[in-house]
Amino acid sequence: MPSRDGEPLLAARGLRRSFGRVRVLRDVDLTLAAGDVLAVAGPNGAGKSTLLRVLAGLSRPSAGEVRVEGRRLAGDPEARRAIGLLSHHSLLYDDLTLLENLAFAARLYGSPHPAETARAALAAAGLSDRAGDQPRRLSRGLLQRAAIARALLHGPRVLLLDEPFTALDAAAAERLRATLAERREAGLGVLVVTHHLGEVWDVATRVAVMVGGRWAAEEPREGPLDAFLPRYREWIGA
Amino acid sequence: MPESLRLALAVAGKDIRAELRSRTALLSAVVFAALVLVVFNFARDPTAIAAADLAPSVLWVTFALAAMVALNRAFTVEREHGAIDGLLLAPVPRGALFLGKLLANLAFVGTVEAVTLPLFVLFFNVDLTAALPGIIGVTALATVGFVSVGTVFSAMAVRTRFAELMLPVLLLPFMVPPIIGAVQVTARLLAGRPLSEMLGWLRLLALYDVVFVTLCTMAFGAVVDE
Repeated sequence: MPSRDGEPLLAARGLRRSFGRVRVLRDVDLTLAAGDVLAVAGPNGAGKSTLLRVLAGLSRPSAGEVRVEGRRLAGDPEARRAIGLLSHHSLLYDDLTLLENLAFAARLYGSPHPAETARAALAAAGLSDRAGDQPRRLSRGLLQRAAIARALLHGPRVLLLDEPFTALDAAAAERLRATLAERREAGLGVLVVTHHLGEVWDVATRVAVMVGGRWAAEEPREGPLDAFLPRYREWIGA
Repeated sequence: MPESLRLALAVAGKDIRAELRSRTALLSAVVFAALVLVVFNFARDPTAIAAADLAPSVLWVTFALAAMVALNRAFTVEREHGAIDGLLLAPVPRGALFLGKLLANLAFVGTVEAVTLPLFVLFFNVDLTAALPGIIGVTALATVGFVSVGTVFSAMAVRTRFAELMLPVLLLPFMVPPIIGAVQVTARLLAGRPLSEMLGWLRLLALYDVVFVTLCTMAFGAVVDE
Protein backbone atom coordinates (compact mmCIF):
# COMPACT_ATOMS: atom_id res chain seq x y z
CA MET A 1 0.00 0.00 0.00
CA PRO A 2 1.66 3.27 -1.05
CA SER A 3 1.72 6.09 1.46
CA ARG A 4 -0.74 8.94 1.01
CA ASP A 5 0.26 11.52 -1.65
CA GLY A 6 3.82 10.26 -1.72
CA GLU A 7 4.42 11.50 1.82
CA PRO A 8 6.47 9.28 4.13
CA LEU A 9 4.35 7.26 6.52
CA LEU A 10 6.05 8.90 9.46
CA ALA A 11 8.43 11.85 9.58
CA ALA A 12 9.91 13.53 12.61
CA ARG A 13 11.96 16.70 12.41
CA GLY A 14 14.04 18.30 15.14
CA LEU A 15 12.37 16.41 17.96
CA ARG A 16 13.36 17.49 21.43
CA ARG A 17 11.85 16.39 24.70
CA SER A 18 12.93 17.54 28.12
CA PHE A 19 11.71 16.64 31.59
CA GLY A 20 12.70 19.61 33.70
CA ARG A 21 16.42 20.04 33.08
CA VAL A 22 16.87 16.54 31.74
CA ARG A 23 17.02 16.51 27.94
CA VAL A 24 15.80 13.12 26.83
CA LEU A 25 15.53 13.72 23.07
CA ARG A 26 17.96 15.97 21.23
CA ASP A 27 17.12 17.04 17.68
CA VAL A 28 15.95 13.66 16.45
CA ASP A 29 15.12 13.46 12.73
CA LEU A 30 13.72 10.28 11.27
CA THR A 31 11.63 9.08 8.36
CA LEU A 32 9.66 5.90 7.99
CA ALA A 33 8.77 5.14 4.39
CA ALA A 34 6.30 2.60 3.03
CA GLY A 35 7.67 -0.90 3.54
CA ASP A 36 10.21 0.18 6.16
CA VAL A 37 10.88 -1.95 9.20
CA LEU A 38 13.22 0.27 11.20
CA ALA A 39 14.95 -1.36 14.16
CA VAL A 40 16.12 1.11 16.80
CA ALA A 41 18.65 -0.01 19.38
CA GLY A 42 20.62 1.75 22.06
CA PRO A 43 21.66 1.54 25.69
CA ASN A 44 19.28 2.07 28.63
CA GLY A 45 18.28 5.69 29.00
CA ALA A 46 19.02 6.54 25.36
CA GLY A 47 15.50 7.96 24.93
CA LYS A 48 14.04 5.16 22.82
CA SER A 49 10.81 4.70 24.76
CA THR A 50 10.32 8.47 25.06
CA LEU A 51 10.81 8.72 21.31
CA LEU A 52 8.06 6.15 20.77
CA ARG A 53 5.69 8.07 23.06
CA VAL A 54 6.38 11.28 21.17
CA LEU A 55 5.95 9.56 17.79
CA ALA A 56 2.66 8.08 19.01
CA GLY A 57 1.41 11.48 20.13
CA LEU A 58 1.29 10.48 23.81
CA SER A 59 3.96 12.97 24.77
CA ARG A 60 4.23 16.45 23.35
CA PRO A 61 7.70 17.30 22.03
CA SER A 62 9.41 20.32 23.56
CA ALA A 63 10.41 21.27 20.00
CA GLY A 64 10.05 19.81 16.54
CA GLU A 65 7.11 18.04 14.98
CA VAL A 66 5.81 14.65 13.94
CA ARG A 67 3.91 14.13 10.69
CA VAL A 68 1.97 11.04 9.75
CA GLU A 69 1.44 10.76 5.98
CA GLY A 70 1.96 14.50 5.78
CA ARG A 71 -0.54 15.34 8.54
CA ARG A 72 0.67 17.01 11.72
CA LEU A 73 0.16 14.49 14.52
CA ALA A 74 -0.60 17.13 17.16
CA GLY A 75 -4.35 17.61 17.41
CA ASP A 76 -5.26 15.52 14.35
CA PRO A 77 -7.37 12.46 15.26
CA GLU A 78 -7.02 11.09 11.70
CA ALA A 79 -3.24 11.08 12.03
CA ARG A 80 -3.59 9.18 15.32
CA ARG A 81 -5.81 6.62 13.61
CA ALA A 82 -2.86 5.60 11.43
CA ILE A 83 -0.72 4.68 14.43
CA GLY A 84 -0.58 1.49 16.48
CA LEU A 85 1.54 1.32 19.61
CA LEU A 86 2.85 -1.52 21.70
CA SER A 87 4.35 0.04 24.82
CA HIS A 88 5.73 -1.42 28.03
CA HIS A 89 2.14 -1.60 29.25
CA SER A 90 -0.62 -3.77 27.82
CA LEU A 91 -3.16 -0.87 27.75
CA LEU A 92 -5.79 -3.39 28.91
CA TYR A 93 -8.30 -3.09 31.74
CA ASP A 94 -8.09 -5.74 34.44
CA ASP A 95 -11.83 -5.75 35.09
CA LEU A 96 -12.76 -6.45 31.47
CA THR A 97 -12.23 -9.70 29.58
CA LEU A 98 -9.85 -9.77 26.63
CA LEU A 99 -12.81 -9.75 24.25
CA GLU A 100 -14.38 -6.78 26.02
CA ASN A 101 -11.05 -4.95 26.08
CA LEU A 102 -10.46 -5.38 22.38
CA ALA A 103 -14.08 -4.67 21.45
CA PHE A 104 -13.84 -1.42 23.41
CA ALA A 105 -10.64 -0.51 21.55
CA ALA A 106 -12.36 -1.36 18.25
CA ARG A 107 -15.23 0.98 19.17
CA LEU A 108 -12.76 3.79 19.82
CA TYR A 109 -11.39 3.28 16.30
CA GLY A 110 -14.89 3.36 14.80
CA SER A 111 -15.21 -0.31 13.86
CA PRO A 112 -18.80 -1.00 12.73
CA HIS A 113 -18.59 -4.51 14.22
CA PRO A 114 -16.40 -4.19 17.31
CA ALA A 115 -17.01 -7.70 18.70
CA GLU A 116 -16.15 -9.34 15.36
CA THR A 117 -13.06 -7.15 14.99
CA ALA A 118 -11.97 -8.11 18.50
CA ARG A 119 -12.54 -11.84 17.87
CA ALA A 120 -10.51 -11.67 14.65
CA ALA A 121 -7.64 -9.91 16.45
CA LEU A 122 -7.67 -12.49 19.25
CA ALA A 123 -7.73 -15.33 16.72
CA ALA A 124 -4.74 -13.83 14.89
CA ALA A 125 -2.86 -13.74 18.19
CA GLY A 126 -3.82 -17.33 19.00
CA LEU A 127 -5.89 -16.18 21.97
CA SER A 128 -9.41 -17.23 20.91
CA ASP A 129 -9.64 -19.70 23.78
CA ARG A 130 -8.73 -16.97 26.29
CA ALA A 131 -11.26 -14.41 25.02
CA GLY A 132 -13.30 -14.64 28.24
CA ASP A 133 -10.32 -14.28 30.56
CA GLN A 134 -9.41 -11.08 32.35
CA PRO A 135 -5.85 -9.79 31.82
CA ARG A 136 -4.96 -10.45 35.47
CA ARG A 137 -5.41 -14.19 34.81
CA LEU A 138 -2.91 -14.24 31.96
CA SER A 139 0.78 -15.07 32.07
CA ARG A 140 3.24 -12.33 31.06
CA GLY A 141 3.67 -13.89 27.62
CA LEU A 142 -0.07 -14.19 26.96
CA LEU A 143 -0.55 -10.62 28.13
CA GLN A 144 2.10 -9.48 25.65
CA ARG A 145 0.29 -11.32 22.86
CA ALA A 146 -2.97 -9.63 23.87
CA ALA A 147 -1.22 -6.26 23.87
CA ILE A 148 0.14 -6.93 20.37
CA ALA A 149 -3.37 -7.90 19.24
CA ARG A 150 -4.65 -4.59 20.61
CA ALA A 151 -1.93 -2.63 18.80
CA LEU A 152 -2.77 -4.32 15.46
CA LEU A 153 -6.55 -4.30 15.92
CA HIS A 154 -7.38 -1.27 13.77
CA GLY A 155 -4.94 -2.03 10.96
CA PRO A 156 -2.51 0.83 11.65
CA ARG A 157 -0.32 1.94 8.76
CA VAL A 158 2.44 2.86 11.21
CA LEU A 159 3.25 0.35 13.94
CA LEU A 160 5.44 1.42 16.86
CA LEU A 161 6.74 -1.43 18.99
CA ASP A 162 8.67 -1.17 22.24
CA GLU A 163 10.48 -4.43 23.04
CA PRO A 164 7.74 -6.51 21.39
CA PHE A 165 9.43 -9.88 21.92
CA THR A 166 9.49 -9.55 25.71
CA ALA A 167 8.12 -12.74 27.34
CA LEU A 168 7.01 -14.29 24.03
CA ASP A 169 7.65 -17.99 23.52
CA ALA A 170 9.40 -19.18 20.35
CA ALA A 171 6.17 -19.80 18.43
CA ALA A 172 4.68 -16.42 19.33
CA ALA A 173 7.96 -14.66 18.49
CA GLU A 174 8.01 -16.38 15.10
CA ARG A 175 4.39 -15.36 14.50
CA LEU A 176 5.27 -11.75 15.31
CA ARG A 177 8.25 -11.81 12.93
CA ALA A 178 5.94 -13.15 10.21
CA THR A 179 3.50 -10.32 10.91
CA LEU A 180 6.27 -7.74 10.60
CA ALA A 181 7.42 -9.30 7.31
CA GLU A 182 3.84 -9.21 5.99
CA ARG A 183 3.56 -5.54 6.89
CA ARG A 184 6.85 -4.83 5.15
CA GLU A 185 5.63 -6.56 1.98
CA ALA A 186 2.30 -4.71 2.18
CA GLY A 187 4.11 -1.35 2.19
CA LEU A 188 3.23 -0.49 5.79
CA GLY A 189 5.68 0.95 8.31
CA VAL A 190 7.13 -0.52 11.48
CA LEU A 191 9.49 1.02 14.01
CA VAL A 192 10.78 -1.50 16.55
CA VAL A 193 12.70 -0.49 19.64
CA THR A 194 14.77 -3.37 20.92
CA HIS A 195 17.78 -4.30 23.00
CA HIS A 196 18.08 -7.55 21.09
CA LEU A 197 18.63 -6.78 17.43
CA GLY A 198 18.82 -10.49 16.63
CA GLU A 199 15.08 -10.74 17.21
CA VAL A 200 14.26 -8.45 14.27
CA TRP A 201 17.42 -8.53 12.19
CA ASP A 202 16.00 -10.72 9.45
CA VAL A 203 12.84 -8.67 8.93
CA ALA A 204 14.32 -5.19 9.38
CA THR A 205 15.06 -2.99 6.37
CA ARG A 206 17.06 -0.38 8.31
CA VAL A 207 18.72 -0.16 11.66
CA ALA A 208 19.31 2.93 13.79
CA VAL A 209 21.14 3.59 17.03
CA MET A 210 20.19 6.09 19.73
CA VAL A 211 22.68 7.33 22.29
CA GLY A 212 22.06 10.05 24.86
CA GLY A 213 18.84 11.17 23.21
CA ARG A 214 20.48 11.57 19.77
CA TRP A 215 19.94 9.65 16.57
CA ALA A 216 23.57 8.51 16.55
CA ALA A 217 23.60 6.38 13.40
CA GLU A 218 21.33 4.86 10.80
CA GLU A 219 22.03 2.51 7.92
CA PRO A 220 20.31 -0.08 5.74
CA ARG A 221 20.21 -3.52 7.27
CA GLU A 222 22.71 -5.53 5.26
CA GLY A 223 24.70 -8.65 5.91
CA PRO A 224 24.73 -10.65 9.09
CA LEU A 225 24.14 -9.18 12.53
CA ASP A 226 27.63 -10.24 13.63
CA ALA A 227 29.15 -7.87 11.08
CA PHE A 228 27.04 -4.98 12.41
CA LEU A 229 27.69 -5.50 16.12
CA PRO A 230 31.27 -4.10 16.21
CA ARG A 231 30.01 -0.82 14.71
CA TYR A 232 27.09 -0.81 17.13
CA ARG A 233 29.45 -1.21 20.11
CA GLU A 234 31.58 1.61 18.79
CA TRP A 235 28.55 3.92 18.46
CA ILE A 236 27.30 3.26 21.96
CA GLY A 237 30.81 3.48 23.38
CA ALA A 238 30.80 -0.04 24.82
CA MET B 1 -26.06 9.53 16.64
CA PRO B 2 -23.17 12.02 16.49
CA GLU B 3 -19.73 10.37 16.48
CA SER B 4 -18.57 12.17 19.64
CA LEU B 5 -21.64 11.04 21.56
CA ARG B 6 -21.16 7.45 20.35
CA LEU B 7 -17.54 7.52 21.56
CA ALA B 8 -18.53 9.11 24.87
CA LEU B 9 -21.12 6.38 25.44
CA ALA B 10 -18.49 3.74 24.63
CA VAL B 11 -16.15 5.19 27.27
CA ALA B 12 -18.95 5.49 29.84
CA GLY B 13 -20.16 1.96 29.07
CA LYS B 14 -16.66 0.59 29.55
CA ASP B 15 -16.31 2.30 32.95
CA ILE B 16 -19.73 1.14 34.13
CA ARG B 17 -19.12 -2.44 32.97
CA ALA B 18 -15.73 -2.53 34.73
CA GLU B 19 -17.21 -1.09 37.93
CA LEU B 20 -20.18 -3.48 37.92
CA ARG B 21 -17.69 -6.34 37.70
CA SER B 22 -15.41 -5.16 40.52
CA ARG B 23 -17.94 -3.08 42.54
CA THR B 24 -14.95 -1.73 44.45
CA ALA B 25 -15.58 2.00 44.26
CA LEU B 26 -19.35 1.83 44.43
CA LEU B 27 -19.39 -0.36 47.53
CA SER B 28 -16.66 1.69 49.21
CA ALA B 29 -18.51 4.94 48.56
CA VAL B 30 -21.85 3.59 49.80
CA VAL B 31 -20.32 2.13 52.96
CA PHE B 32 -18.41 5.38 53.50
CA ALA B 33 -21.62 7.42 53.13
CA ALA B 34 -23.40 5.18 55.64
CA LEU B 35 -20.53 5.57 58.11
CA VAL B 36 -20.57 9.36 57.75
CA LEU B 37 -24.30 9.37 58.51
CA VAL B 38 -23.75 7.14 61.54
CA VAL B 39 -21.04 9.46 62.84
CA PHE B 40 -23.22 12.55 62.32
CA ASN B 41 -26.15 10.78 63.95
CA PHE B 42 -24.25 10.00 67.13
CA ALA B 43 -22.18 13.18 67.19
CA ARG B 44 -25.15 15.57 67.28
CA ASP B 45 -26.99 16.60 70.41
CA PRO B 46 -30.73 16.22 69.63
CA THR B 47 -31.68 18.41 72.59
CA ALA B 48 -29.59 21.35 71.36
CA ILE B 49 -30.54 21.42 67.69
CA ALA B 50 -33.47 19.84 65.85
CA ALA B 51 -32.71 17.15 63.28
CA ALA B 52 -34.62 19.08 60.62
CA ASP B 53 -32.35 22.12 61.06
CA LEU B 54 -29.20 20.04 60.73
CA ALA B 55 -30.43 17.66 58.05
CA PRO B 56 -29.65 19.67 54.86
CA SER B 57 -26.03 20.26 55.87
CA VAL B 58 -25.53 16.65 56.92
CA LEU B 59 -27.05 15.37 53.70
CA TRP B 60 -24.81 17.49 51.49
CA VAL B 61 -21.63 16.93 53.46
CA THR B 62 -22.32 13.20 53.16
CA PHE B 63 -22.99 13.48 49.42
CA ALA B 64 -19.81 15.51 48.91
CA LEU B 65 -17.54 13.15 50.84
CA ALA B 66 -19.02 10.03 49.25
CA ALA B 67 -18.69 11.62 45.80
CA MET B 68 -15.01 12.18 46.49
CA VAL B 69 -14.52 8.47 47.15
CA ALA B 70 -16.40 7.59 43.96
CA LEU B 71 -14.51 10.15 41.87
CA ASN B 72 -11.15 8.84 43.01
CA ARG B 73 -11.75 5.71 40.98
CA ALA B 74 -12.43 7.58 37.72
CA PHE B 75 -8.84 7.60 36.56
CA THR B 76 -7.20 5.09 38.87
CA VAL B 77 -8.70 2.38 36.62
CA GLU B 78 -6.98 4.08 33.69
CA ARG B 79 -3.63 3.90 35.46
CA GLU B 80 -3.55 0.08 35.50
CA HIS B 81 -1.50 -1.27 32.61
CA GLY B 82 -1.25 2.25 31.17
CA ALA B 83 -4.81 1.97 29.89
CA ILE B 84 -5.13 5.75 29.66
CA ASP B 85 -2.55 5.66 26.86
CA GLY B 86 -4.95 3.44 24.94
CA LEU B 87 -7.63 6.11 25.27
CA LEU B 88 -5.32 8.94 24.28
CA LEU B 89 -3.87 7.07 21.30
CA ALA B 90 -7.28 6.55 19.76
CA PRO B 91 -8.74 9.08 17.31
CA VAL B 92 -11.21 10.29 19.92
CA PRO B 93 -11.75 14.02 20.53
CA ARG B 94 -10.74 14.91 24.09
CA GLY B 95 -14.17 16.45 24.61
CA ALA B 96 -15.78 13.06 23.90
CA LEU B 97 -13.42 11.40 26.39
CA PHE B 98 -14.41 13.96 29.01
CA LEU B 99 -18.10 13.48 28.30
CA GLY B 100 -17.74 9.70 28.59
CA LYS B 101 -15.92 9.96 31.89
CA LEU B 102 -18.43 12.54 33.14
CA LEU B 103 -21.40 10.30 32.28
CA ALA B 104 -19.81 7.33 34.06
CA ASN B 105 -19.00 9.44 37.12
CA LEU B 106 -22.54 10.85 37.20
CA ALA B 107 -23.85 7.28 37.15
CA PHE B 108 -21.58 6.29 40.08
CA VAL B 109 -22.20 9.38 42.19
CA GLY B 110 -25.94 9.29 41.37
CA THR B 111 -26.11 5.68 42.54
CA VAL B 112 -24.30 6.51 45.76
CA GLU B 113 -26.67 9.43 46.37
CA ALA B 114 -29.71 7.25 45.62
CA VAL B 115 -28.57 4.73 48.26
CA THR B 116 -27.58 7.43 50.75
CA LEU B 117 -30.92 9.28 50.67
CA PRO B 118 -33.02 6.48 52.29
CA LEU B 119 -30.28 5.97 54.91
CA PHE B 120 -30.42 9.69 55.65
CA VAL B 121 -34.20 9.48 56.13
CA LEU B 122 -33.69 6.50 58.43
CA PHE B 123 -31.06 8.14 60.62
CA PHE B 124 -32.54 11.63 60.79
CA ASN B 125 -36.21 10.76 60.72
CA VAL B 126 -36.94 13.44 58.11
CA ASP B 127 -40.19 13.30 56.14
CA LEU B 128 -39.25 13.68 52.47
CA THR B 129 -42.65 12.77 51.02
CA ALA B 130 -43.54 16.25 49.79
CA ALA B 131 -40.00 17.45 49.14
CA LEU B 132 -38.67 14.36 47.33
CA PRO B 133 -39.10 15.54 43.70
CA GLY B 134 -37.45 18.84 44.58
CA ILE B 135 -34.62 17.09 46.45
CA ILE B 136 -33.99 14.84 43.45
CA GLY B 137 -33.97 17.88 41.15
CA VAL B 138 -31.56 19.94 43.23
CA THR B 139 -29.36 16.89 43.76
CA ALA B 140 -29.10 16.40 40.00
CA LEU B 141 -28.40 20.09 39.45
CA ALA B 142 -25.64 20.30 42.06
CA THR B 143 -24.12 16.92 41.21
CA VAL B 144 -23.57 17.71 37.52
CA GLY B 145 -21.45 20.73 38.48
CA PHE B 146 -19.14 19.25 41.06
CA VAL B 147 -18.79 15.90 39.27
CA SER B 148 -17.75 17.80 36.16
CA VAL B 149 -14.98 19.58 38.07
CA GLY B 150 -14.15 16.35 39.91
CA THR B 151 -13.69 14.50 36.62
CA VAL B 152 -11.03 16.95 35.46
CA PHE B 153 -9.29 17.03 38.84
CA SER B 154 -9.37 13.24 39.04
CA ALA B 155 -7.53 13.14 35.67
CA MET B 156 -5.05 15.68 37.00
CA ALA B 157 -4.53 14.01 40.38
CA VAL B 158 -3.95 10.53 38.98
CA ARG B 159 -0.64 11.67 37.51
CA THR B 160 0.60 12.69 40.96
CA ARG B 161 2.15 10.41 43.56
CA PHE B 162 -0.60 10.91 46.12
CA ALA B 163 -3.67 10.94 43.90
CA GLU B 164 -6.09 9.97 46.67
CA LEU B 165 -4.93 12.95 48.76
CA MET B 166 -4.67 15.39 45.89
CA LEU B 167 -8.25 15.04 44.68
CA PRO B 168 -9.93 16.32 47.89
CA VAL B 169 -7.38 19.15 48.18
CA LEU B 170 -8.09 20.27 44.61
CA LEU B 171 -11.81 19.60 44.52
CA LEU B 172 -13.19 20.70 47.90
CA PRO B 173 -12.79 24.47 47.28
CA PHE B 174 -14.68 24.10 44.00
CA MET B 175 -17.43 22.14 45.74
CA VAL B 176 -18.23 24.99 48.11
CA PRO B 177 -20.53 27.04 45.81
CA PRO B 178 -22.75 24.15 44.67
CA ILE B 179 -22.89 22.71 48.20
CA ILE B 180 -23.95 26.07 49.67
CA GLY B 181 -26.62 26.42 46.99
CA ALA B 182 -27.84 22.85 47.41
CA VAL B 183 -28.01 23.17 51.24
CA GLN B 184 -30.03 26.39 50.96
CA VAL B 185 -32.49 24.87 48.49
CA THR B 186 -32.78 21.62 50.47
CA ALA B 187 -33.49 23.53 53.70
CA ARG B 188 -36.27 25.48 52.02
CA LEU B 189 -37.71 22.33 50.42
CA LEU B 190 -37.80 20.55 53.79
CA ALA B 191 -39.44 23.59 55.37
CA GLY B 192 -42.10 23.64 52.62
CA ARG B 193 -41.13 27.14 51.44
CA PRO B 194 -42.34 28.40 48.02
CA LEU B 195 -40.25 28.02 44.87
CA SER B 196 -39.73 31.78 44.61
CA GLU B 197 -37.48 31.62 47.70
CA MET B 198 -35.19 29.12 46.00
CA LEU B 199 -34.95 30.60 42.53
CA GLY B 200 -31.80 32.58 43.20
CA TRP B 201 -29.95 29.52 44.48
CA LEU B 202 -31.26 27.38 41.63
CA ARG B 203 -29.97 29.95 39.15
CA LEU B 204 -26.58 29.85 40.84
CA LEU B 205 -26.49 26.05 40.56
CA ALA B 206 -27.52 26.16 36.90
CA LEU B 207 -24.93 28.83 36.13
CA TYR B 208 -22.24 26.80 37.88
CA ASP B 209 -23.17 23.77 35.77
CA VAL B 210 -23.06 25.66 32.48
CA VAL B 211 -19.79 27.42 33.27
CA PHE B 212 -17.92 24.42 34.65
CA VAL B 213 -19.16 21.79 32.20
CA THR B 214 -18.04 24.12 29.38
CA LEU B 215 -14.69 24.98 30.98
CA CYS B 216 -13.96 21.37 31.91
CA THR B 217 -14.77 20.12 28.39
CA MET B 218 -12.35 22.68 26.97
CA ALA B 219 -9.62 22.11 29.57
CA PHE B 220 -9.69 18.31 29.59
CA GLY B 221 -7.34 17.89 26.64
CA ALA B 222 -4.70 20.08 28.24
CA VAL B 223 -4.99 18.09 31.48
CA VAL B 224 -4.68 14.58 30.03
CA ASP B 225 -2.10 15.24 27.31
CA GLU B 226 1.52 15.13 28.47
